[in-house]
Amino acid sequence: MEKRCTDSQVKGVSTGTTILAATFDGGVVIGSDSRASIGGEYVSSKTINKVIQVHDRIFSCMAGSLADAQAVTKAAKFHLSFHSVQMETPPLVIAAASVLKELCYKNKDELQAGFITAGWDRKNGAQVYVVSLGGMLIRQPVTIGGSGSTYIYGYVDAKYKPNMSKEECLQFATNALALAMGRDNVSGGVAHLVVVTESGVEHVVVPGDKLPKFHDE
Amino acid sequence: MALSNVFETPAAGFNFDNTSRNAALEGLFDGGQTPKPMKTGTTIAGVVFKDGVVLGADTRATSSEVVADKMCAKIHYIAPNIYCCGAGTAADTEKTTDILSSNLTIFSLNSGRNPRVIMAVSILQDMLYRYRGQIGANLILGGVDCTGNHLYTVGPYGSVNKVPYLSMGSGDLAALGILEDGFKHDMELEEAKELVRLAIHAGIMSDLGSGNNIDICVITRQGVDYIRPYQVSEYKDNRKTKYKYRPGTTPVLTEKVVRLKLEVVQESMQRMDTA
Repeated sequence: MEKRCTDSQVKGVSTGTTILAATFDGGVVIGSDSRASIGGEYVSSKTINKVIQVHDRIFSCMAGSLADAQAVTKAAKFHLSFHSVQMETPPLVIAAASVLKELCYKNKDELQAGFITAGWDRKNGAQVYVVSLGGMLIRQPVTIGGSGSTYIYGYVDAKYKPNMSKEECLQFATNALALAMGRDNVSGGVAHLVVVTESGVEHVVVPGDKLPKFHDE
Repeated sequence: MALSNVFETPAAGFNFDNTSRNAALEGLFDGGQTPKPMKTGTTIAGVVFKDGVVLGADTRATSSEVVADKMCAKIHYIAPNIYCCGAGTAADTEKTTDILSSNLTIFSLNSGRNPRVIMAVSILQDMLYRYRGQIGANLILGGVDCTGNHLYTVGPYGSVNKVPYLSMGSGDLAALGILEDGFKHDMELEEAKELVRLAIHAGIMSDLGSGNNIDICVITRQGVDYIRPYQVSEYKDNRKTKYKYRPGTTPVLTEKVVRLKLEVVQESMQRMDTA
């Protein structure tokens, strides 16, 4: 196994990854690819789950070292669950993002993990927050992350419009993921998408062969 | 206190006491080669089938270029319904699975429940993550519990993945090719055993670090069938003589007995109150 950890900066299994989240009128779409790699050369899993449900209406996508991200998400789930029992109310999305941010910031020397937290709460509606590697927390209407995101900044900047409908937003997210997976070697597999609205949570999985194809494929 | 941490609540942070001990031991070798830890080389594989899980492993343990153990057991007992295959440093996989098994047994006694596979996975993940990859254990955990048949992999850095089929170790790519080609959901028992056997066989043939015999472990609701060995290697050495020597083979020339002088320093008596 060690022979595969050649020049990647992440020790062990890395999520490689393309993750994104976008708000639409009434909710939020969160998506990711499903590939986990070791050393940038070996795909250790084609079906890894990177979109974790941290609470009923709050999801978090992970990027970076898989071990670090899974450990941080586990701790965050516990903290959030405890917090919501104490407050006797579902937690706010910013609370979930803050929990992740605290863990990432306080342990920035040891951890290599970044997150996109998105969801819906009663106070502020649909929100998307990004927690970067060093622990910066920022709210954005749409955000992308992971190694594959570099290939779709142009697409996202050009195609995202605020207050789209749910179907438009889903199509936008699927296209973005497909474009990134098509160009980034450490992103791939299936596209996992989750739609969170006040009424509930809907999972959409788009297998690799059903992803939209573009002119050169 | 979580029922799963029975020996002691783990101290916060990391414990690297052994690294200073290792550095001191290395000093004793005076610049020569320190002994390399025994790695299992290894091909291990697991498959979920209709009624349970089949785990398979080769039986070769290597120490650099020498085969240290030709009949090494790589499928470790965790609980009556959970077994674990280990690849990587032999001592690490052995001890980690031992500790996990002890913790789960005490948990079972304390809580009155059978352990679930996900619990074993969580405990392993916590422990391996705490040690930051210093414990070189690549594990395949398979088991059957009240929630179904499960197969998980835990990496040395603490990453976890749940999968229907899997292979690990130095021979994993060869085995994975066979598994990718032959795996189907809801296979029958004989199909699953044959698939795992072929996968391990491919690993043995294509990898120098794997070899000798194949062990198979079948876990179902009804129980566990640990077949060791399932397939014996056709390349067996036929020893011509036995390496056992009777007492008296080496003649005794002289015998001298020296009595140790022991004196009683202190004697105390405590009455046991049996009233």
